[in-house]
Amino acid sequence: MQRVTTDALPTPPLSGPSRGVAKRTVAGSPAEPAPTAELAPSTGSAGPATTSTGSTIPAASTGSTGSAGPAGPATSTGSTRPTGPDPTMSVLPVAIPQPADVPRDDPRRSDVDEWGRSEHLRSIVRSVYDPVYRHWFRVEWEGLEKIPTDGGALLIANHAGAVPSDAPAIMHGIERELGRPVYGMADYFFRTIPVVGTLWSRAGGVPADPENAYRLLHDQRQLALVFPEGTKGPSKSYTDRYRLRRFGRGGFVEIAMRSGVPVIPIAVVGAEESMPILFRLPSVAKVLGVPYFPVTANALLFGPLLGSVAYFPVKMKMRVLDPVTFDVEPGLDRYSKSRVMDESERIRATLQDTLHDMLRERRSVWRG
Amino acid sequence: MAQALEADPTVEMILGMGTNEPRVPLERTEFVRADQTYSILNRIVRATQVDTIVHTFLVTNSVQVSGRNLHETNVIGTLNLLAAASAGGSSVRQVVVKSSTHIYGASEKDPAWFRETTPRNAPVRTRLERSLLEVESMVQDFKEDNPQVVVSVLRFANVLGSDIVTPISTNLRRRVLPCLLGFDPLVQFVEEDDVVRSLEHVTRHRIPGVFNVAGDGKLPWSEVAAIGGAHLLPLSPVSTGLFAAPLVRLGLIQFPPELEPILRYGRGVDSTPIKETDFVFRYTSAGAVDSFAHANNLRRSMGTVKDGYRYEQDVEQFFRHSPAVVRGIDG
Repeated sequence: MQRVTTDALPTPPLSGPSRGVAKRTVAGSPAEPAPTAELAPSTGSAGPATTSTGSTIPAASTGSTGSAGPAGPATSTGSTRPTGPDPTMSVLPVAIPQPADVPRDDPRRSDVDEWGRSEHLRSIVRSVYDPVYRHWFRVEWEGLEKIPTDGGALLIANHAGAVPSDAPAIMHGIERELGRPVYGMADYFFRTIPVVGTLWSRAGGVPADPENAYRLLHDQRQLALVFPEGTKGPSKSYTDRYRLRRFGRGGFVEIAMRSGVPVIPIAVVGAEESMPILFRLPSVAKVLGVPYFPVTANALLFGPLLGSVAYFPVKMKMRVLDPVTFDVEPGLDRYSKSRVMDESERIRATLQDTLHDMLRERRSVWRG
Repeated sequence: MAQALEADPTVEMILGMGTNEPRVPLERTEFVRADQTYSILNRIVRATQVDTIVHTFLVTNSVQVSGRNLHETNVIGTLNLLAAASAGGSSVRQVVVKSSTHIYGASEKDPAWFRETTPRNAPVRTRLERSLLEVESMVQDFKEDNPQVVVSVLRFANVLGSDIVTPISTNLRRRVLPCLLGFDPLVQFVEEDDVVRSLEHVTRHRIPGVFNVAGDGKLPWSEVAAIGGAHLLPLSPVSTGLFAAPLVRLGLIQFPPELEPILRYGRGVDSTPIKETDFVFRYTSAGAVDSFAHANNLRRSMGTVKDGYRYEQDVEQFFRHSPAVVRGIDG
């Protein structure tokens, strides 16, 4: 036998004995007068005072609230909604495969997923960016077949350009050629900028966080793109071009180990020259609260606003290196730090060598 | 909650406590009027030998009460409750606490999904969050000091439903949803039916632990407005409080301080652990908004019906205790 004290206002029924409607709960306000009950399911219990209006309304309410089950909105409710034909209805997903267990009357109106990525917006971005990708940067890939068409993988690349031009190019290229989404992980600083942060998120950007990466790679078997240099990559001056910065603390290796996915390095040539940094203004960065404040050649030529989107028409080349797998047990909380740092350093050295090779072969910044 | 428990014949006695009278008919719940801080709970526990306390009274909506009352109710109320439960010779074997995912805060550094063990990143700025943190740390201490007691803490995401009044639900009802210009964060909701069912679930099965309770999925704030049939009211993303204050003063919107970071960065909590205890959600996040919107449409068309029930002390006493009442016929 249980004896139970509830220390809150007792509340309406979970469900009347004969009805499946269950829509009420504890209201935790000590000070406010009771909010009057909604129309919805109040009759069920043998309430001593059911008014005459009370008895007519629930008949309507059960029909239109539809709270008992997955019954769709009644047509009459549809017409009472004053927004009219909803503009977002035309914004429904285009090509994303729906999991089979999504209920038919899914109330969702947009295709924004749990990471904020919207396939619809992404397809708009793709159609706008495609000419840039093909005719401006004339991106060329090598070894694209090394990226799996199925299952998780952690893509890493060198990072460059004051407003990096490599991330969109890589994401676009893989989505275009392999037809699968890439989530670009970037510094959470982006989230603090209005509009930019939201667009970045809708276009497939995810804040770089170990938990996020694990969920993407392990649970959802997606492709995630990470720049292990972090902001140290794009903030370096032109004089340091193609010199890889420190690869953080090797966190990307640890994530790949834990998720049990390979690391696939991508060497990018061209992004460095697309928006070269002449010098930086640390004091301005401090005032604005941004990681770095670059003065780029583009900004000097085209002005500060246009200069942050007007890239030089460099030839971009990408080379996918062999996937690196780790012979460790996935799912552990911690991995040997020395092992992680060794692997990280090895990947960094390989990527640096590849960059040197590619630069040796390059005859012109503009024509490749 | 009490009505949910009344339906269970293995529950011998239910005791309701609150500062207000119950608003719904209860068949066998005894109601005791208490002050805000539950100072009499100790005596009640001793007198009735209850074995379970369900603490659903934490204020998670700072619009409702002043800062001082918030502290009185949340911190001092919980203090008295836990003191009563841990008093010498206490009969209490389970304490269930209804907390909130406000405890995680919201910041740009947050992971997309908080687990119960993920520490918060945002600095504690609001009274509400401070009081919740204090309450949960007291509960944690209580748990360590009283290993014989099953302690369950449920952290609820934004609740939507016809009976719970939250700033978001009030704004949705008024069909004006404040947002920050240029931000469209991902948010989660839980339907109040799932709130009651989850409390009942952990109480009935005596499940210890801390659990996030939020409907599946996340949806962008703009979509909440679309489903809820509300208009977005963009506020300036800088000095938001300053711009919001006159609108709040005019009664146009509700905009408590704990809402602002959510409108900026959103919040997601992972409720996998509670699902692993065989709890099944009836509503997804979007489903909760949808169901609320439908109830709201109906309310708009037909007006609000007054609750047909009023608690009358002597009437209740008569029905419960008078020998003249023939029991077991109608309920």
